[in-house]
Amino acid sequence: MSPRLAKALVNGGLIGVSAIVLMPMLWMLSVSFMQPGEASTYPPPLLPAHATWTNYHELFERAGMGRYLANSLAVATAITLLSLAFNLSAGYAFAKLRFSGRDRLFQTLLGALLIPAQVAMIPLFLLMKWLHLVNSYGGVVVPGLAGVFGIYLVRQYAQSIPDELLEAARIDGAGEWRIFTRIVLPLLKPIVVTLAIFTFLASWNDFMWPLIVLSDQAWQTAPVALAGLSREHVQDNELMMAGSVVTILPVLVLFLVLQRHYMHGLLLGSVKG
Amino acid sequence: MGATLPRVVVVSTERTAWTFVTPALIVIGGFFAVPVLAAFVLSLTDFDLYALADLRNLRFVGFGNYLDVLRAPLFWKSLLNTLYFVGVGVPLSIGASLGAALLLNSPLARAKGFFRTALFAPVVTTVVAVAVIWKYLFHTRYGLINWTLGQFGIAPIDWLGDPHYAMPAIIIFAVWKNFGYNMIILLAGLQGIPQDLYEAARIDGASTWRQFRHITLPSLRPVLVLVGVITMAGYFQLFAEPYVMTLGNPLQSTYSVLYYMYEEGFMWWSLGRASAIAFLLFALMLVATRVLLRIARRAGEST
Repeated sequence: MSPRLAKALVNGGLIGVSAIVLMPMLWMLSVSFMQPGEASTYPPPLLPAHATWTNYHELFERAGMGRYLANSLAVATAITLLSLAFNLSAGYAFAKLRFSGRDRLFQTLLGALLIPAQVAMIPLFLLMKWLHLVNSYGGVVVPGLAGVFGIYLVRQYAQSIPDELLEAARIDGAGEWRIFTRIVLPLLKPIVVTLAIFTFLASWNDFMWPLIVLSDQAWQTAPVALAGLSREHVQDNELMMAGSVVTILPVLVLFLVLQRHYMHGLLLGSVKG
Repeated sequence: MGATLPRVVVVSTERTAWTFVTPALIVIGGFFAVPVLAAFVLSLTDFDLYALADLRNLRFVGFGNYLDVLRAPLFWKSLLNTLYFVGVGVPLSIGASLGAALLLNSPLARAKGFFRTALFAPVVTTVVAVAVIWKYLFHTRYGLINWTLGQFGIAPIDWLGDPHYAMPAIIIFAVWKNFGYNMIILLAGLQGIPQDLYEAARIDGASTWRQFRHITLPSLRPVLVLVGVITMAGYFQLFAEPYVMTLGNPLQSTYSVLYYMYEEGFMWWSLGRASAIAFLLFALMLVATRVLLRIARRAGEST
């Protein structure tokens, strides 16, 4: 094979695969701007004849999408901020502080990763009902306050902090809390960003648990509401595409902006494990 | 290190360490570990709508739920569907990931950053939202997929309405949604293979295929096993795709084990039964992971 042909094949392959991968999202965007009913024709139109905001209007005015997006934002932000506090302090302690039974405890936590989350969901629902957290933000936020994966990620990263640094601070008389906030947290900054974007995306995209715990429409997150809408509006393709756009756009933009940190966490979490 | 410090400091370190880990442990314990144990207890009871109203209606039934579930044709149907999804979907996904990673790793490839981002994008999207898109792409009359097939003279396929095509359609969707994740991990694996191995092979006149077969694949084996285990665990938890695209239909051909658990639990409020289904799925996942690791070890010994 000549080098030129090989080059054409590799790059042509990448262009072809990327086109197939991006096509569904580009089409979603295009159809979301079509007149109601316009996409239900054959052959399927690629671009709207007259681009319109009708579907977005309908989505926010009639279907109440604004409320669902606000719910998603509130839930994902709360989980991200609070779980960062819980996971950072625990991850740091597992990496750098000595306490009896530390390693055995950490092994046990890692073992819990084998158990699928759904096993806990039914008793968790009863617990939430008992705590009066069904149909509230708390029902989604509270179980997400800490996670084994987050603790693991922080621990992996925190292990690279030199012990001498912490020792020196201790000999200087700094308290453990002060060491954590003044010395450790600034050093952990890269993993904080990584973990924040991971958590935010995962909470925004989460479906099964919010579906179970948020049956009341007023509290539903965007994915749960969208799934419900798609069952009601089977024929309204243009409207549903607009719904998909506004659900995906926030996470997609966030990912594009913070991509480097996301990829970093992905590799730290899997390859080195 | 403790020896160089005064005793007081060591004791206070122990105490602060616990204050650092305890909040997270309470959350994980209270909202995961205890519920998992409770789920097992629950699976041994007939917890249902009556028990939900008044706990005095709760009865202990031993392994009755498990026997009931194992006797239910719908459980076996959902199990076979899930195994179909895992058995076909996992190899296809990893194959797609590996192919894309090889293209991206080629020294001939241009604009790698752009292509990497483009191919990864579906991973970060919301599964419900993209399932809504794909449901429409698979539309028999107006969908882009049948239109494309039509250009090659292929008659329209009733993707989500024909029991033979519904699961393949969901598998195609899942591959599209997920392959980017493993692509990144495999790409890192490919970049870790020492280049001199390939140079030596080229000097010996080995073809591209032989280099792939005898250098790339064996070097990637640990990464492939890892990726296989993670992907398989994820695919056993099939739920949102059928929930949005097919409601488990047509003829329950996309009804998954988790979908079964969800309906038993939250449609019919047979929470004891649903807990038993969750544990059966967990057991199945453990066995499947074991089998996969054993196959990987065998394959490792034979090469």
